[in-house]
Amino acid sequence: MPQSLLPLLPLVIGLPLAGVVVLVLVGGWLGGRASAWLATALVGAAFLLAAGIGREFMALEEVVAARAAAAEAAVHPAEEAASASADAPAPYDQGPRVILRLWRWMSVRLPLSALPAGTLVPVTVATGDIQPYEVITADNASVIMVDASADPAVAADLAFVWDRDALLAARLESLNAIPAGSAITSRLAPPFPAMMQAEEGAFRPVRAPSFTVDAALRLDALSLVMLLVVTGVGLLIHLYSIGYMAHDPDRRRYFAYLNLFVASMLVLVLGDNFLVLFVGWELVGACSYLLIGFWHADPANAAAGKKAFVVNRVGDLAFLVALMLIWTTYGSLAFGDVLPNAALAGGAAAVAIPALLLVGATGKSAQLPLHVWLPDAMAGPTPVSALIHAATMVTAGIYLIARVHPLFEQAPAVMAAVAIVGAATALMAALIALTQVDIKRVLAYSTISQLGYMFLAMGAGAYAAGIFHLVTHAFFKALLFLGAGSLMHAMEHGFQHAHAPAGGDAAAVPAAQDMRQMGGLLQRAPITGWTFVVGGLALAGLFPLSGFFSKDAILHHVLAKGGAFWTALFAIALFTAFLTACYAGRQLLLVLWGAPRSAGAEHAAESPAIMTVPLVLLALLAATAGLPAIAGLLDTALATVLTPHHVEGPSALLVAVIASAATLAGLGLAFAIYAAGRIDPARIAAAMPEGQRWAAAGFHVDALYGALFVRPFVRASSWLWRTADDRAIDGAVNAFGRGAVALGQASRRWQTGQVRRYALSMLVGAAAVVTILALR
Amino acid sequence: MSGGALVVYAVAALAVVSALGVISARQPIHAALWMVANFGLTAILYLALHAPFIAAAQLIVYAGAIMVLFVFVVMLFGRQEAALDEPLGGQRPLALAGLAALGFVLVRAVLQTPQGAGSAAEPDPGFGSAGAIGAVLFKDWVLPFELMGLLLLAAVVGVVVIAHYRQDAGAADGGSTGT
Amino acid sequence: MSMPIDHVMALSAVLFIIGAAGVLLRRNTIVVLMSVELMLNAVNITLVAASRLHLTLDGQLFVFFALTVAAAEVAVGLALVVAIFHALGRSDVDDISAMHG
Repeated sequence: MPQSLLPLLPLVIGLPLAGVVVLVLVGGWLGGRASAWLATALVGAAFLLAAGIGREFMALEEVVAARAAAAEAAVHPAEEAASASADAPAPYDQGPRVILRLWRWMSVRLPLSALPAGTLVPVTVATGDIQPYEVITADNASVIMVDASADPAVAADLAFVWDRDALLAARLESLNAIPAGSAITSRLAPPFPAMMQAEEGAFRPVRAPSFTVDAALRLDALSLVMLLVVTGVGLLIHLYSIGYMAHDPDRRRYFAYLNLFVASMLVLVLGDNFLVLFVGWELVGACSYLLIGFWHADPANAAAGKKAFVVNRVGDLAFLVALMLIWTTYGSLAFGDVLPNAALAGGAAAVAIPALLLVGATGKSAQLPLHVWLPDAMAGPTPVSALIHAATMVTAGIYLIARVHPLFEQAPAVMAAVAIVGAATALMAALIALTQVDIKRVLAYSTISQLGYMFLAMGAGAYAAGIFHLVTHAFFKALLFLGAGSLMHAMEHGFQHAHAPAGGDAAAVPAAQDMRQMGGLLQRAPITGWTFVVGGLALAGLFPLSGFFSKDAILHHVLAKGGAFWTALFAIALFTAFLTACYAGRQLLLVLWGAPRSAGAEHAAESPAIMTVPLVLLALLAATAGLPAIAGLLDTALATVLTPHHVEGPSALLVAVIASAATLAGLGLAFAIYAAGRIDPARIAAAMPEGQRWAAAGFHVDALYGALFVRPFVRASSWLWRTADDRAIDGAVNAFGRGAVALGQASRRWQTGQVRRYALSMLVGAAAVVTILALR
Repeated sequence: MSGGALVVYAVAALAVVSALGVISARQPIHAALWMVANFGLTAILYLALHAPFIAAAQLIVYAGAIMVLFVFVVMLFGRQEAALDEPLGGQRPLALAGLAALGFVLVRAVLQTPQGAGSAAEPDPGFGSAGAIGAVLFKDWVLPFELMGLLLLAAVVGVVVIAHYRQDAGAADGGSTGT
Repeated sequence: MSMPIDHVMALSAVLFIIGAAGVLLRRNTIVVLMSVELMLNAVNITLVAASRLHLTLDGQLFVFFALTVAAAEVAVGLALVVAIFHALGRSDVDDISAMHG
């Protein structure tokens, strides 16, 4: 039994990955059911392991916090509590973290950097003392020289202090002394520590550090939170899927993909450097493609998967460029190297990097304008929608921003842009969700809207609040999706039972998903129904469910920023909260209330236990996750990683009241329209027909992209195929073939069997030879 | 030009004429006769070139033996007129063009032959005589001489075999080479 | 006695060409064989002329051997012609073709 579970962290990724391998290799032999249970068991084991690691890590945190407090008290007895850190931003990365280096990925030597003359450089000599040396800069070679004539004997091990105000430390390796007279110069680029020049035995040389990227995992409070969410919700969805996909012949492939997704997402959240994160980023994109297009026999599903991947790619390209910029600006890709030194980036890079990362996050998290893939992604199985497109993959963008928030803080304009994107998306998606009739599409747009909230939080600097909302959203949105799946299951059962053909425009919206065909399902599928209610109300933000607390935290932080800009965003967010409650209430009432509107709803039946148990668990989580005890735990944990955002201004209670008012108003309106029948929705629709149509069509963004990008691209592709490839290239190749054949046909006619013809060719040949010889 | 040279030129011209006669004769027997004339004229040319033995050999072997063989065969089978038309398309123009080219190049190259030692000097008396030929033949070239014997033997055997085949195959099938 | 040697060689070239013309343009087998002999004869003239030119007997000896070979070749060739006549009843060079182009 290992003493500590922390080194077993890679196993959390390894277990689902092993599941993939096993399922691929021997899944056929295992059979569908065994494969499903095996995959679930592996994710369950990963979750348990993650929980154990988490517990140990939390204990570690306490120990470290206690030690830090004691040290603080010892050094600054008078400056405890409410220390100067209220104004200065808390230094990044103060909490404990576990970094597991698995192996060295790449290692490259790089040129060094210059320090301004006169900078005092503390040098740790072999005896352990630290002594300051003054930097002398050479005239033309941009090399640092440090006068180490005081210690001629030993090679120095430099603990380097770099930065405008001496904040950061980096370590240099040192070489044995280079003989006097030899000079080493190189071009320098910030912010690497410098290389010294050997001259007359007075100086000591140091070797340039190399650029390395390790395959490394990082466990700190932020990644721990994500880890638990991914494995926990993943486990529940695996369990649910066993029931949902029980009759699907491709179960084995499904569970293999699902396990692969869990592994990929864990790589993303546990990565210690940008490259590992990017690998996970791409992998989850690939898994999303595979899972959306799972039932690929229908070309529409395959197209949806393709669309998701391509739109993601746009963001990925921006991410990649950002990655390269980070490399050239900071010289390293590890979080530990880049993030504490975020302030070192110069003007353009400081803005470009977070801007590009924002684009990447926009793509992955389906924000305006790269949101178009998420509604189409509902073509995949519902548990997939729950896991990937509600709880985990789409939250990768939020996680990214939270993780690299020091970079974002360097460019307040980009932070504002993040907030604008978030608010605009939230509003737009909420408006669209109000008009949808497909139960899954409502939830898809709802997801986009809630992700917009999280973006808003990130833009306002309320990282912990954003992550909090991420967690609660994972719970209630997964609950809603799984519940929707269960309800669709019930509807299908009902249709089958009633031997009624599925009516409605099956082409656009399958009847089992069409909310207009539902109704009265609360009585017929009570467990599903009540958990669905819990989820819906959590989404709406009703006190005391979790959604209320997290949304309220965001609203509070946004309002507390002050100023016209943020107040305007607050107003948008508040209005969106109202709309959210509206469409949530609408959905709940349409689906669960009143009389059944079709044969399917009439004869609907509850789903089996394997599907309802996860629903109940998620409902419990959605209901309780917001309670102060739990929320406080989250907050303190995250404070070690995320710069805490201090709120002044209106009190939390005021904001809570306003937010609750919006929620209740929205729910009340929904009730009035759909339950009590006091207001006729048709009249509202008639009042703004254009608006209704535009919203229902997703504000025509898809059509716009189709006209701007898709059709010209398809036309260009088609031209390249037909003309450039088929006619030109293939034609040229075929022409060679035809030419060879023609040549053969022509040459064939010389073989007549006629002696005199042969004599003629001999003559011609002889004449040629003689001519050549004569010309010599 | 001296009289001797004139004679030689006349012989040369007649040789060309007789060669043309060979290839353009309609009757094979005429061609054979033209051929004989050509060989005789060539022998005279050899005499002019100080090769008396070769001249004699030419007359004996070529005009005497080879042409006799030809005449035998012509007498046996050459009764029909040899047609002068040309069924193969393009053969005549192409052949004439090629021949013209070849001829042009050959004559031009040959006319540039550097004058060797013999063009000005007179050869020794006895140059090319039977004695001189024999001396060189049986001293330096005795091996090829013996091989010639073998060659002739092979030729004789070959002829006998072909004649033998003819007798066997004549009764059995109509032809061994098809049309 | 004093024709320049290069003229003799030119004559030989002309005779060679004429022989070649016969091979290419006549269809009667016997005439073709005779044309081949013409070509051989032309080469013999060249060799003798060269011998006269360089005042060695090697050329004449070559002619000696060439003569012998020509004789043997004619013998065999005529035997073949006779065989063809017996097989086909005629001897058109163009007919002796087992390949069909």
